Amino acid sequence: MSQSAVDVPPKGGFSFDLCKRNDMLTQKGLKAPSFLKTGTTIVGLIFKDGVILGADTRATEGPIVADKNCEKIHYMAPNIYCCGAGTAADTEAVTDMVSSQLRLHRYQTSRDSRVITALTLLKKHLFSYQGHVSAALVLGGVDITGPHLHTIYPHGSTDTLPFATMGSGSLAAMSVFEAKYKEGLTRDEGIKLVAEAICSGIFNDLGSGSNVDICVITKGNKEYLRNYMEPNPRTYVSSKGYSFTKKTEVLLTKITPLLERVEITEVGEAMEE
Amino acid sequence: MDLNLDAPHSMGTTIIGVTYNGGVVLGADSRTSTGMYVANRASDKITQLTDNVYVCRSGSAADSQVVSDYVRYFLHQHTIQQGQPATVKVSANLIRMLAYNNKNMLQTGLIVGGWDKYEGGKIYGIPLGGTVVEQPFAIGGSGSSYLYGFFDQAWKEDMTKEEAEQLVVKAVSLAIARDGASGGVVRTVIINSEGVTRNFYPGDKLQLWHEELEPQNSLLDILNAAGPEPMAM
Repeated sequence: MSQSAVDVPPKGGFSFDLCKRNDMLTQKGLKAPSFLKTGTTIVGLIFKDGVILGADTRATEGPIVADKNCEKIHYMAPNIYCCGAGTAADTEAVTDMVSSQLRLHRYQTSRDSRVITALTLLKKHLFSYQGHVSAALVLGGVDITGPHLHTIYPHGSTDTLPFATMGSGSLAAMSVFEAKYKEGLTRDEGIKLVAEAICSGIFNDLGSGSNVDICVITKGNKEYLRNYMEPNPRTYVSSKGYSFTKKTEVLLTKITPLLERVEITEVGEAMEE
Repeated sequence: MDLNLDAPHSMGTTIIGVTYNGGVVLGADSRTSTGMYVANRASDKITQLTDNVYVCRSGSAADSQVVSDYVRYFLHQHTIQQGQPATVKVSANLIRMLAYNNKNMLQTGLIVGGWDKYEGGKIYGIPLGGTVVEQPFAIGGSGSSYLYGFFDQAWKEDMTKEEAEQLVVKAVSLAIARDGASGGVVRTVIINSEGVTRNFYPGDKLQLWHEELEPQNSLLDILNAAGPEPMAM
């Protein structure tokens, strides 16, 4: 083999050099900073008229619960929603990015977005980052071709299924689905089954907890049921309230939502020179 | 027991491609695993590239999906440019170009099978590394280790369509019985001059092999089964 003395310009694309450096440091014993992970139980199922997505609401940072009521069901398009498990920043960023790409695509094509479009955009992005973008997603929606449900793994592989679970609580939730799922469920049966599966994750998985969020998508309609079920209320609240040291001066605080103070003026004439 | 749910999605897999007089039969199991957990028990590993060419995927799920997506796109353009259906050889070659040139990054073994009017039914095996080998039959995936001897004995030239499909189903079923990373249902695709036929054999309808038991719903059924009649004097 000839030895080339000419410097070859970099080929472009993502450079994994820093990832290799991080791996080397971890091997040497450096403790990596912990990410905000959504431990998570996320599920989806197809029922008679469309798709139902469900998620728990706990976000963890190592052993600590960082957010007791976070939103894991992300908006992608009016007819498409996506649940995200894994590193919270990654799921947020990737779903926001694809959501805006879908919007531009809608403007360009004058058509409603299709679930398969969102799927292809997500899987292309995740594959190009070779699993370093730690986002495991359950994508569901109803488009002109019918209801669709897909799972997307951090390395970029996808599956199309009638019912799916992801996240650390996926085994607990999948056991509920495998026992009770059947085709042609009604809306109420579907919601009940999804809530049961998420509860199974909440109570049996340490990485999932708090409340149940549900999103029902049908042809031409969607219902985002935030905190559909709250099976973990705060049981003991001190009736005495909080007391401050005597030297503290407590001022009365009043929060006025700015929206009330904004005046919307009529659209005036366009400026002319 | 550590399930390692963060492991990349891999298709443990058994994939088979067999030629017969008139076409080809492709077969595969349906298990996709993430570490020790079955992520999808009913996946479809036989993917369409063109109307007359299909590919069986094994190895990393993400890598094999991306490769087959790219090749489907190239073949679509190629078909428009040629004005006639793509040949199996061209399809296999395109897969091979991607597999060989990216051999350091990809981990996927593929079996391309189809029918075209020039060469009839053809099977091409493209294992890790990017070799392309035209074979009368090809096996791949982790479950294929258990089938080499079986095929040496059972495969013969010029089988009929029914014989070929029965052979494929039997082989995948044997591999499922012995390979932990293969399971679920058996899917087959038959491609010949008349077109494409997809078949589906649920796991519990397959023949039982050595030491395999009938499926039962639960131990309670066995325990509660009626005992022998009390002896009458």
